[in-house]
Amino acid sequence: MAIVETKQLRKVFTDHIAVDGVDLATREGEFLVLLGPSGCGKTTLLRMIAGLEKQTSGDIVIGGSVVNDLPPRERKIAMVFQSYALYPHLTVAKNIAFPLKAGGTPSDQIEKRVQTAASMFGIERLLHRKPRQLSGGERQRVALARAMVREPAVFLLDEPLSNLDAKLRTSARDELQQFQRRLGTTTIYVTHDQVEAMGLGHRIAVMSKGKVRQLGPPQEVYNDPADTFVAGFLGSPPMNFFERNGATVGFRPEQILPKGQYSSQEPLVHLWYRVDRVENLGADRLLYGVLRDLAPDVKMIVNLPFTVHQPVTEGQAYEFSIKQSDLKFFDKETGLRVAPRPL
Amino acid sequence: MRVADSENALARFLIAPALIYIGAVIGVPFVLSLWFAVSDVTVSSTAGHFVGLSNFRLALEDPSFSRALRNTFLFAIASQLVVIVLATVLAVALQKDFRGKWVVRLLILLPWVAPVSLGSIGWLWILDSIYSVINYGMDHWLHMCGPEPGKTPCPVWLGQPALAMSSIIIVQVWRTLPLATVINLGGLTSIPQDIHDAAQIDGAGFFRTLFQITLPLVLPILLVAVLFGFVFAFTDMIVVWVLTRGGPYDMTQVLASLAFFKGIDGGDLAGASAIALFLFPVLAAAAILLLRLARRSEVV
Repeated sequence: MAIVETKQLRKVFTDHIAVDGVDLATREGEFLVLLGPSGCGKTTLLRMIAGLEKQTSGDIVIGGSVVNDLPPRERKIAMVFQSYALYPHLTVAKNIAFPLKAGGTPSDQIEKRVQTAASMFGIERLLHRKPRQLSGGERQRVALARAMVREPAVFLLDEPLSNLDAKLRTSARDELQQFQRRLGTTTIYVTHDQVEAMGLGHRIAVMSKGKVRQLGPPQEVYNDPADTFVAGFLGSPPMNFFERNGATVGFRPEQILPKGQYSSQEPLVHLWYRVDRVENLGADRLLYGVLRDLAPDVKMIVNLPFTVHQPVTEGQAYEFSIKQSDLKFFDKETGLRVAPRPL
Repeated sequence: MRVADSENALARFLIAPALIYIGAVIGVPFVLSLWFAVSDVTVSSTAGHFVGLSNFRLALEDPSFSRALRNTFLFAIASQLVVIVLATVLAVALQKDFRGKWVVRLLILLPWVAPVSLGSIGWLWILDSIYSVINYGMDHWLHMCGPEPGKTPCPVWLGQPALAMSSIIIVQVWRTLPLATVINLGGLTSIPQDIHDAAQIDGAGFFRTLFQITLPLVLPILLVAVLFGFVFAFTDMIVVWVLTRGGPYDMTQVLASLAFFKGIDGGDLAGASAIALFLFPVLAAAAILLLRLARRSEVV
């Protein structure tokens, strides 16, 4: 177990800045997710921590010591790649044993530790197979087994679930989390999938254009976005925005409900919403329309859960309510969060 | 219905030119040489008679044939061993990024794009008994040898049997290295970067990665390069022809050049065909073996 820290970490490729002064520190045994759209620098950041990419400037600290100039093998890290990067010509057993052999572990111990790692992931019966004879899920387990067999201080995972089909991904996510909680090894996990990030992370670092926009627990990042990028990136469908009184106002599609649905005593804001189109998704209904009085030109999406039975007709306007605290205000220029103000 | 609408007809139509070409330029001469090898045709009388295997028997009894056979194997195996090692080193080096990489690439590819005769003639001068630039260097810069009395005489590269054979092998290496390097490089680039990264993360150093990860993965492609190189070395005579004409005293004669001298220069078409065909079963077997090996070690 170790704490990973980056201090003013920068990576400049010839024509663009991939990582732009990132300060980040994990906690002991934490599951930290780097979340962001493709090209935001999250993988480059991970590769720098791994030692596969040399930073342009800044420091990387693992377990209290600066590892800037150490090769990957001396950083006490293990990495799982998006492609799993299993050695195709070696059996599963030899794949798992490879880091041990390279590290000079005595051969009588190697077999025992390979067995332990394999049984941890339930892949004992696959030990004599080659990677190409395995399914996607099995390959992922082998990659994880190979990563943990050396008992690293830090796990680095680069989108390890993105090659699995949707159904498998859900169960793999669950297993991955259990496994991480059990080992208690500090883990940095890169993904562009917000569902994975929300579901897995103790904390999420949302990245855009090489910078960390917000770092916090999933609920905080979701409910209290630091800027319009974070607000718009998290959530599906994303947050609705409109301009009002010199500020950008945002609210989440599921936080606006037909008037009368909110029973709470909290102060509510009432808005007229004209429904242009209805999409019935089974569990939810998605309404596409505009705020008739406040922003008649901006498309807004409303997500009605199936528990709301009110009939909705296309072309009609209805009065909706939203908790005042669910309206988020952002600076029009910088996109940064500002104090709430009256609409 | 048009030809283009039927896949079968289209396939035949498209493959026909290649088949006709191969049949006319390789198939017919091959069948002809099969007949020549068991007949007594010469350049002056192409209507020969069947003589059984006597051409092969005569060849086996001929000391220059057995020397050429030995030389052929020496030539092919030695040159390909050197090529495998050098091509791997070069390909691994060329995979990395460094300043002036394109110059190195160009230099390595040059022997391949330059006409063989031109290159070999260049080598002929480099290895010349009087004007050799190597000898000049050894004389004037290293003071190791010289023509003056009292000094050790400089080597006659193409005139001393062992040196002549080595020279021919070196030139053959120079010729076939580019192709092997390029094939090898292609194989290396087909290994995903993730695999190299994983090896690095797993703590493998340069040699462990090279011998346990990279080379096993590139092996099927390396085998193709080796196959080409062997077939080339076994059937080719241009280096021998330009540099030594098989001399001194048949010491550098290989089967291909011996067949040429016997059949074309000497007019003994039957005897030459027997010599030329002698290695055909060996080459065919080698080709099948290598292709099988390549398929078995295919992993990805």
